[in-house]
Amino acid sequence: MLSKRLIACLDVRDGKLAKSVKFVDTKDIGDPVEKAREYYADGLDELVFYDITASSDRRNIMLDVVERVAEQVFIPLSVGGGVRTVADATDLRLAGAEKINVNSAAVQRPEIISECAEAIGNQNVVLSMDIRRVEPSTALPSGYEIVINGGRKPMGIDALWWAEEGERLGAGELVVNSIDADGTRDGYEINLTRRISEAVRIPVIASGGAGKPEHLKEVLIEGRADAALVASMVHYGDYRVSELKRYLDHEGVKMRMSW
Amino acid sequence: MPQAVIVDYEAGNLKSVQRACHEVGLDAEIVADPERVATAERVIFPGVGAAGSAMRSITRRGMDDALRQAFARGTPILGICLGLQISLDHSEESDTDTLGLMAGEVCRFALDDPALKVPHMGWNEVRPVRAHPVLEGIEPGDEFYFVHAYYPKPRDEACVYAVAEYERPFACAVGMGNYFATQFHPEKSGRVGLRLIQRFAEWNGTC
Repeated sequence: MLSKRLIACLDVRDGKLAKSVKFVDTKDIGDPVEKAREYYADGLDELVFYDITASSDRRNIMLDVVERVAEQVFIPLSVGGGVRTVADATDLRLAGAEKINVNSAAVQRPEIISECAEAIGNQNVVLSMDIRRVEPSTALPSGYEIVINGGRKPMGIDALWWAEEGERLGAGELVVNSIDADGTRDGYEINLTRRISEAVRIPVIASGGAGKPEHLKEVLIEGRADAALVASMVHYGDYRVSELKRYLDHEGVKMRMSW
Repeated sequence: MPQAVIVDYEAGNLKSVQRACHEVGLDAEIVADPERVATAERVIFPGVGAAGSAMRSITRRGMDDALRQAFARGTPILGICLGLQISLDHSEESDTDTLGLMAGEVCRFALDDPALKVPHMGWNEVRPVRAHPVLEGIEPGDEFYFVHAYYPKPRDEACVYAVAEYERPFACAVGMGNYFATQFHPEKSGRVGLRLIQRFAEWNGTC
């Protein structure tokens, strides 16, 4: 039986670890390579690096981080943030990333999803969606809207429609990131995650809002997520990766328990 | 130090396989020259992507004959993921005729449960059903990383060395003589995956 995955997301700015709260006020909290090794040794199932470096001329720093992690960490490695072209995707793949996350660029130019799928395989293309709750309307019938640029720019696109469109265009996996829940530690957006997971046939990663182990259980069971993404919960040492997995396993969620 | 060549045919991230080999002390070189594959001490045949384009690329590069020669010479060969799939006769994926090192075909997951996702992506338990030197040391509960929408069905049941469960059991490690292959990715499967690669590095090609 397939296990649910615990994924840690490391936001990286200029080669250093950062964690955003509601996408503003990021602060550095350490060395991403060190953290990656620590989580790998502690049973993490998958790693995501999100490059939040502002200037594009410093992107080589990220390639170097990816390369150093890939040499030491033998689990799937996913990288996103600022991927705009197939060349960006293939550069990151060569540096050692397994999967490539596309986000804003895909909203602005959806063909990037198909182009990346063609170049690196569907299963390696992750469509990451930043989503906020809105009043349901004719244009946004699900009551969830796609936003871009780190949550600052609403796009008038219905999130449920975009998830299905992303699958159709060739994404192999979706990240459902709730802007409302992000950084609050009050729990994932269960309703949103479940609706998207039931609407598509590809795996769904729940993101944003994890604060307690119970939140992970909730989103993996009620939210029907295939994987739960955590960040600050583990970065600040409040919980260990292995501790979260043991809790979930004990609560009857199928997890990989030997590493 | 044992040596291996990794078959380069424009199908996937060969460097992650190479890094995992280096981690366990297997000197693995990424090689596009079929002659070097045909005469190598050990061959690793990885791959991700679609069967059709992979087969075209292999044939264009002359890697099909090189792999058949290596197989005939008794060279230990490790297939991974698509490398496994295109070693069988035929794949349902774009109705592709494949290498035919081992009799059998590759089928798409047809699952009854609509909640089960395709591709089968993530960690799943690998359960050996027959002893094999490359699988030695796998304990109950050991999981490996999978990502695939198609699965192998060797014609001869005796070629199946391990199974995994996705609604139903499917073959996830197959072998015949000096050829052994996994549907999962040992290079992305943490400690247990690295150990499997190490066993391959030590394997003399018999079982």
